[in-house]
Amino acid sequence: MEDRNLLTIEHMKKHFGDTSVLFDISLKVNKGEVVSVIGPSGSGKSTLLRCATLLEEMDDGSLIYSGRYAAKSEGDKSVYASKEDLRKIKRSFGLVFQNFNLFPHYSVIQNITDAPISVAGVGREEAVSKARQLLDMFGLSDKENAYPCELSGGQQQRVAIARALALEPEILFFDEPTSALDPLLTGEVLSVIRRLADEHMTMVIVTHEMEFAREVSDRILFIEKGYVVEEGTPEELFASDNPRVRDFIGSIRK
Amino acid sequence: MSTTFMQLLSGMVVSVEIFLLTLLFSLPLGLLVSFGRMSRNRILQGLVKVYIAIMRGTPLMLQLIVVYFAPFYIFGIPIAPEYRFIAVIIAFSINYAAYFAEIYRAGIESMPVGQYEAAAVLGYSKSQTFFKIIFPQVIKRILPPVTNETITLVKDTSLAFVIAVAEMFTIAKQISAKQASVTALMVAGLFYFVFNYVVAFIMEKFEKKLSYYR
Ligand SMILES: Nc1ncnc2c1ncn2[C@@H]1O[C@H](COP(=O)(O)OP(=O)(O)OP(=O)(O)O)[C@@H](O)[C@H]1O
Ligand SMILES: [Mg+2]
Repeated sequence: MEDRNLLTIEHMKKHFGDTSVLFDISLKVNKGEVVSVIGPSGSGKSTLLRCATLLEEMDDGSLIYSGRYAAKSEGDKSVYASKEDLRKIKRSFGLVFQNFNLFPHYSVIQNITDAPISVAGVGREEAVSKARQLLDMFGLSDKENAYPCELSGGQQQRVAIARALALEPEILFFDEPTSALDPLLTGEVLSVIRRLADEHMTMVIVTHEMEFAREVSDRILFIEKGYVVEEGTPEELFASDNPRVRDFIGSIRK
Repeated sequence: MSTTFMQLLSGMVVSVEIFLLTLLFSLPLGLLVSFGRMSRNRILQGLVKVYIAIMRGTPLMLQLIVVYFAPFYIFGIPIAPEYRFIAVIIAFSINYAAYFAEIYRAGIESMPVGQYEAAAVLGYSKSQTFFKIIFPQVIKRILPPVTNETITLVKDTSLAFVIAVAEMFTIAKQISAKQASVTALMVAGLFYFVFNYVVAFIMEKFEKKLSYYR
């Protein structure tokens, strides 16, 4: 597989008020890679994803998508690209939230087709047929006209993944996609993500599901208190000598 | 008898006109006012706060009189007879806009931030996010308080009598005084009751229509 770089984060720093959350986070993701981000609660995993997806502005560091700078570290701070450039860069990634954030007033099919139609300018027929393909792939064909409130959490999350995929992002971020779900529903969402991994979808996944991370990831990043403490293949991380990493992995695995 | 009836009927029409025109202007105006109220511009926000405080803190009857006489006392413009009705619409619209603005604001601020974030990541522009994602959900949330205000508005239309606009109550009072009987006033009371019944019925239909999702 070609080693095309899709995402590079260099020395990302972020604070809220007096509290620094991210001290120095660097990350490179190549096309087709699956990278998991693990770490204790409050270590800054969500903040990292929120900065990477432009929901939050970082203070310092660079953010580069496919060679295009969304933000560049200049002096001691990040200088962001123009609105116009950022709008284009936004098209290259998607984000799946912990609590789905589907649009409750839209049916399942509208949730999936509205952004392609009204943001990306795709024709309605094309958007609908693409959405049906995704629903079919995720076992939700019969839910096309349902509303989010009529779906289980697992179904809602699969719709949310379909909604993100409908825009054909190059890279998809997940922020604890299963932690709002009970174990029974977790499985169905994980299997959807596993399937995307099999199809070489580039993904960055924040998760507490250690076995899952071990199984799907090419690399795992262990973050603590705003630093990358360790990075490596699942084998390397699960055999780590670092006591922090061992403790964390040990405490999570039942 | 039939002229009495015709008079009452014309009063009804005027009341309904005041009601409809006030809604027509105050609902969109209220949205603009709520934007001002939520603005990050401190000066604009402050001005809008004062405006809302005055509108809600003083009697609508007083506001009607002020709006009616203002052109004369402030600018020395003689008051044309047609201005009576216009003054009523202006006074009602700016008063109700203040109430609606606070209802819109409460609705908009109650929206979960996740809806904005989901829209932002999907690439919706600010105005698309507001008009496609946020506002439709806000309407559902604010329908009950808007219904309350609307019902109050039906009854408030009778305040137009203070500047002698020939709406339902003004006319009923005149007839009643002339005939030395309360019949006309009873008819007026029945009119307001039925009017509100219809309003409540229509609003309930709206709520039902939006109950397809939670
Ligand atoms: N908007 C904010 N304002 C102030 N502090 C914040 C904000 N967002 C996050 N924080 C703080 O930043 C720290 C890191 O939060 P973050 O949500 O990134 O952690 P996390 O690793 O995702 O944790 P979890 O596993 O619980 O989701 C926390 O201490 C949190 O309180
Ligand atoms: Mg988090």
